[in-house]
Amino acid sequence: MIQLENIIFLIVAGLGIGLFVWQIQKIRKNILLGRDLDLTDNPSERINKTLLVAFGQQKMFKRMLPALLHLVVYIGFIVINVEVIEILIDGVFGTHRVLGFLGPVYSALMFINEILAALVIVACAMFLWRRNVTKVPRLAKGVEMRAWPKMDANTILVIEIVLMLALFTFNIAGLKLVELQGGEAAGVYPISQSLINLFGDNPQTLHLIERVGWWLHIIGILAFMNYLPSSKHFHIIMAFPNVYYSKLLPRGKFTTNPAITHEIKAMLDPSYQPPAPETDAEGNPVIQRFGAKDVEDLTWKQLMDAYTCTECGRCTSVCPANITGKLLSPRKIVMDTRDRMEEKGESPVIYDPARYGKDEGTERVKVTEENTLLRGYITPEELWACTTCNACTESCPVNIDQVSTIMDLRRYLVLEESAAPASLNAMFTNIENNGAPWAFPAADRFNWAEDIYVPSKN
Amino acid sequence: MEENKRLVKVPTMAEMAANGEEPEILFWVGCAGSFDDRYKRVTRAFVQILEHVGVKYAVLGTEESCTGDPAKRAGNEFLFQMQAITNIEVLNAYNVKKIVTACPHCFNTLKNEYPDLGGNYEVIHHSTFLQQLINDGKVRVQGGEAFKGKRITFHDSCYLGRANDIYEAPREVLAALDADLVEMRRVRANGLCCGAGGAQMFKEPEPGSKDVNIERTEEALATLGAGNGVIATACPFCMVMMNDGVKNKEQEENVKVFDIAELVAQAEGLSR
Repeated sequence: MIQLENIIFLIVAGLGIGLFVWQIQKIRKNILLGRDLDLTDNPSERINKTLLVAFGQQKMFKRMLPALLHLVVYIGFIVINVEVIEILIDGVFGTHRVLGFLGPVYSALMFINEILAALVIVACAMFLWRRNVTKVPRLAKGVEMRAWPKMDANTILVIEIVLMLALFTFNIAGLKLVELQGGEAAGVYPISQSLINLFGDNPQTLHLIERVGWWLHIIGILAFMNYLPSSKHFHIIMAFPNVYYSKLLPRGKFTTNPAITHEIKAMLDPSYQPPAPETDAEGNPVIQRFGAKDVEDLTWKQLMDAYTCTECGRCTSVCPANITGKLLSPRKIVMDTRDRMEEKGESPVIYDPARYGKDEGTERVKVTEENTLLRGYITPEELWACTTCNACTESCPVNIDQVSTIMDLRRYLVLEESAAPASLNAMFTNIENNGAPWAFPAADRFNWAEDIYVPSKN
Repeated sequence: MEENKRLVKVPTMAEMAANGEEPEILFWVGCAGSFDDRYKRVTRAFVQILEHVGVKYAVLGTEESCTGDPAKRAGNEFLFQMQAITNIEVLNAYNVKKIVTACPHCFNTLKNEYPDLGGNYEVIHHSTFLQQLINDGKVRVQGGEAFKGKRITFHDSCYLGRANDIYEAPREVLAALDADLVEMRRVRANGLCCGAGGAQMFKEPEPGSKDVNIERTEEALATLGAGNGVIATACPFCMVMMNDGVKNKEQEENVKVFDIAELVAQAEGLSR
């Protein structure tokens, strides 16, 4: 029978889901600030990649311990969500454990749920330990690991533990109530069964505890869902599309700018007819910057990368520049991109960029007044430290392409500002004049071939 | 001995074309292979191998120019495309189909970035080429004493490994030598850059606590242990960086840096 509680539930769930949809719209808008890019090719290869890397967690297993802990939380998330479906149905229609009719299937499901929920608590506790006690360097250190990202990580872990405790609370109280009524509970609950006497045997109290646990669990889930768009934890959604739209080309292949190709071909051959420039909706030619100065110069995929990043720091921990104390941190490049996007576009409800702002940091990361991604957030010094070795992209469990963003920012520095370091400008001049990055005359290029001997065959 | 040797005349594409011939492969030498004194020895070793196995090859000679890789990685897309389009005109004029190069940067650029601009070739890195020669029995690398008991560690080039997924070919070449192949802590997909990629070769590193090549050399030296050892490379930039690192650690008497082509040439008795 539908009661007041169900109506309240319907309102709460509706608000929670509606708010979430609204927040997703904002993020979608932010991602679409980026330039167009067609990534609809090779769907079967993309699906394979998604199955392996996103669903299969393939790249997580480069580090065993966090991979196993993460796997527990990931599987827990998926399996326990089946119970959320039941909670939604029960909440709306005033039913109780509506899926109980599944019999042995339901028993197995509840059994696995409880084991996983307990393991999730253990895993989250270990994650908290790694972050706050042993302080795993990649999670604790780095100029980008300021107040917000650290708090964010801890918030997520605490919420996950609370959600699991709420689940146990209503399972334990519910079981005891059934026992007192002399009935038989639907499902099997190995952990709650062993804690069945935890809340005493007053039916009123037990009922209250059961309801509090139930409501805490579902409100917690709705609240957590709406915290996601503000959080690194958004990766639980974004990892899948982001991996689907991964770079499928060899890592060493960098993008070619066709506008430049047309320009050069026209220079070399006056009869060359470049195609008409792209036009916007009003028919005005679209003038694009060479390289990227701000978020709208990056592609939507590069912006999607920024929303997928979970700030695990695997990229930074393998970056040769970072390892040797240079300013570059690939993670910071991605986090800066997200911050700038939300400063320029729209912000989610909770996220507070000021807590991860430009206010603090060392002298060398101090940014200039110019309020764009380049210089406003990311300094040329960071960009010039990159060896484009792709250790970061290799290490990223969700296939973020940090190198492409670094390269586009570098291109802006060189092509629009001619702001390369002097030695690189000298290298450019050498290539132009001598056809080699060093100042050797092209005429000497074949000198190596003098005086080579090989043993005679006879 | 001298009378048992013959002087090599390295054929150019221009000469071949003048004779109405086409080589089987174009050997793309690269700027480092042409101008860097140390790396010229690698170029010569590779030519010795080509001559030894009798493959019909040619080089562009003075017609070769920078592929544009350092310009591209430094962000100068304009200069890169100027170089690429000009090189492609030369290569296509000679009807080039198959290119072998010892430089992973040239390899990557020719293989992956030239097709967008109209240059479509089968591009092979010399590690893969050498591996094929060994597999086909054209090169035996049973040099006997040359490497017996020596420890060799291979330093992965980023532009060969992570950029193009070539990890095994250079290792198989080294495995064919009668040496003790030892692996560093960070290898293959997890390999550590030498510090020179992405146009870093042509500039001072940014300020930091250490240079990347020192970090990598320390790792290589720790792996090789005391005594004689070889750091094998398959990239001109890696070679420069590892050599500098070894000198910085004052280990040049004990530890040598060789390209895999040099090791093969030595094992075949083609060079000292």
